[in-house]
Amino acid sequence: MNRRDFLKGTTALTVGASLLPFLKSLPAEAAAPSDSLVVVMGGTINSLDIHRSGTNRSSYQVAINCYDRLVTFGTKQNPDGSLSYDYNNLQPELAQSWEVSEDGLKLVFTLRDDATFWDGKPVTAHDVKWSFDRAVSLGGFPTVQMKAGLLEKPEQFRALDDKTFEIILPRPSKLSLPDLATPIPIIINSEVAKAHATETDPWATEYLHHTPAGSGAFKVERWDAGQQLVYTRNDDWKSGPLPGYSRIIVREVPSQSTRRALIERGNAGVSLDIPPKDAKELDSMEAVSVAGAPIDNCIYSLCTNLDFEPFKDKRVRQAIAWALPYQQMFDQAAYGMGIPMWGGGSEVTSIAWPQPSPYADNIEKAKALLAQTPYKDGFEVPISFDLSQADWAEPAALLIQQGLSRIGIKATIDKVPGANWRTLALVEKKLPLHLENFGGWLNTPDYYFYWAYIKGNLFNSYNYDNAEMTALVGSTLDMPMDEAAYPGNIKRMIELAFDDIPRIPLWQPTLNVALNPQVDGYEFWFHRQVDVRSLKPRNV
Amino acid sequence: MPGTNKVKQIGGRLLQALPTVFGILVVCFLLTRALPGDPAAYFAGLMADAESIEAVRATLGLNKPLPAQFVDYITDLLHGDLGTAVSTGQPVVTELATRLPASLELTLSALLLSFAIAVPLGVLAATRPNSWVDHLCRFVVTAGVSLPTFFTGLALMYVFYYLLGWAPAPLGRIDILYLPPQHITGFFVVDALLAGDLDTARAALAQLMLPMITLALFTLAPIARMTRAAMIQVLDGDFVRTARAAGLTSRKVLFSYALRNALLPVITTLGMVFSFVLGANVLVEKVFAWPGIGSFAVEALIVSDYAAVQGFVLCMALLFVGLNLLIDIIYTLIDPRMRDEG
Repeated sequence: MNRRDFLKGTTALTVGASLLPFLKSLPAEAAAPSDSLVVVMGGTINSLDIHRSGTNRSSYQVAINCYDRLVTFGTKQNPDGSLSYDYNNLQPELAQSWEVSEDGLKLVFTLRDDATFWDGKPVTAHDVKWSFDRAVSLGGFPTVQMKAGLLEKPEQFRALDDKTFEIILPRPSKLSLPDLATPIPIIINSEVAKAHATETDPWATEYLHHTPAGSGAFKVERWDAGQQLVYTRNDDWKSGPLPGYSRIIVREVPSQSTRRALIERGNAGVSLDIPPKDAKELDSMEAVSVAGAPIDNCIYSLCTNLDFEPFKDKRVRQAIAWALPYQQMFDQAAYGMGIPMWGGGSEVTSIAWPQPSPYADNIEKAKALLAQTPYKDGFEVPISFDLSQADWAEPAALLIQQGLSRIGIKATIDKVPGANWRTLALVEKKLPLHLENFGGWLNTPDYYFYWAYIKGNLFNSYNYDNAEMTALVGSTLDMPMDEAAYPGNIKRMIELAFDDIPRIPLWQPTLNVALNPQVDGYEFWFHRQVDVRSLKPRNV
Repeated sequence: MPGTNKVKQIGGRLLQALPTVFGILVVCFLLTRALPGDPAAYFAGLMADAESIEAVRATLGLNKPLPAQFVDYITDLLHGDLGTAVSTGQPVVTELATRLPASLELTLSALLLSFAIAVPLGVLAATRPNSWVDHLCRFVVTAGVSLPTFFTGLALMYVFYYLLGWAPAPLGRIDILYLPPQHITGFFVVDALLAGDLDTARAALAQLMLPMITLALFTLAPIARMTRAAMIQVLDGDFVRTARAAGLTSRKVLFSYALRNALLPVITTLGMVFSFVLGANVLVEKVFAWPGIGSFAVEALIVSDYAAVQGFVLCMALLFVGLNLLIDIIYTLIDPRMRDEG
């Protein structure tokens, strides 16, 4: 065996050296062997540790694919045959069972007997304790996400013995268990991590940044930052069905046109997060299939900032909601991919969320409402959007500009670069009129209202403040969904949101993923990253 | 002694460059800070609260006053530490060390190719004004300049990869089946050849082909244009007429006298094109998923990643200083008159 063969052997570890001569003779299009898969994406992975500060969205997939959580969500089939996670069906992952105490304050998990980390060490409750302590102690995003499930302090977590883990809650909450299935509460091999911890870095963030230490379905074979991440299957994985691919190569390809060429030519098996225009065109092709699942608990919206003088008047906000060319926006900005969120009934009859608002394109109503206000002659307002969302936000903003000009409101377009967006829109909350895309990971309406309609909370980028809404959300957030007061509370929240209309719903977007027809088992997840564990070659 | 003289000259030039580089450091430091946007808020993540944003600010050292930040920066710099690029999660030094060779490989090979085409084209066009060669030259020059690189790149990819399938999948520097060769120069093709691994060298070259041609088409124009103009001017010169009158062969006149003199402005142009293209081939890098320094810098700039932007600017500044020096040395080799001047 010469060096070349040796090198290739190490590249294609699991393919087996015997296959290689055969591979070499294949044309470029068929280069990838059938049990490996090429995934292309536009984003870049900047850390293998989801708890580290600065870890970006694309990097969450490492937490999903390389680590296990105590619990996970089950799978459901959508009406169109596509697969999606099932928020209402919690399934075991590392925990084989769990019990909730009568008062709802104590959660006790029993871990699987057979689960081991990649180095062969059994997964124990002490690892869970260490990992949870880490998530609530490091600050930043992991700590905030843990807090959503009332997991706030290390004192709440206890390893009763090697296989039993206990969580004490300050008050019962319906969000605690689902929060354990988000990408954040991963179980890390605490012994490996502790061995690499230092005085200044007690949680081993530097080590885990480059070297995951988990028990998950895939290990990281190599990570060339800015270029690719290569997963190899952990054949000893016990926490779920063995993945269908033994090797998955995630390549970073910044240009969408290039990604499209790659998926059309069949060099890539999966292309993540494609814009609606391409989704629509690719869907009509034989060589590619497109999975476009509506993103749960997410609405693309136009927000009117209550700090801006004219928008203090509810009638002005309603006038704007009546003056938008919704259908045109849906056709030209979303290419019809998504679910319309306008033109609903005038009464709120269901507690489904998102649901269409009662508003529609009705210029007479808009004019009549505006005429009752001091702003009947119109005013000037900049309409802002995040440049990284330009694929839908730019056409939408232009159409909104046209729509508003019909009632005398002169809107100017203001494009904000991604880095400034957060500060200007979400932290300082000073953009008068802007497009926003918040979606909640935990799929209950009250969770959405908590983030977007409570004064001071991050996604309330429009300074909405309503005492009734605040009280309602406060009392409903932890309430179980089968409690008698729950539907009434949710309904009232929706009524308030539609009547006060600080956030005008446009449409519920879809997450579009292009797939080679050879690739089966794609499942939509709320975290919008690819869960490569469920992917498998078709007909195998 | 001409040898020590030259060393002294080079040393002097390098010393002269120090204030320039320092000035660039200061300006770049201030400019990055003047960028709108709050890196701490950005890197703390979408859901972060005020407390964790402050924590990130402290980690990034951005809670200190500006002069203190600058002192920290210079101190780290003197220790060879350029900081960590938060946007990519890697130390800036590592990023530059892996990405600069990628960009250099692409840029140098493209320049080599365009030089090899543009100079003969320019010479032919100059010796035969208004012939078909001259028109071809004019056409290539106009087309090369007026077509944006991302368009040429996508068009080439569409034809040679998508339609014909001749080019490999545009997935960066090396195909999925191959491992990058052992790092010697950082140029994949060269490294693979040095390792005697022909297969990998061929694969790396195949990946390089389309981006190289794209960039070469773009850089062809200024070089061909400059060669043609310089040649026409030189061919009108007295010394050429004298040489011709003295009965020297036209080959001798063209190559020994005319071309040698015309090459000076061409080399200057080459230097300018090189420095311009190295930073500006972002679009080519993006289209071909080439992990180069341009796309790194642009991404860093968009998210206000101070350390990464400063590292990039410093790297480019040093490169320019080196390049200018190199061009001056080449000058002295081509033109004897330059040797005596400082």
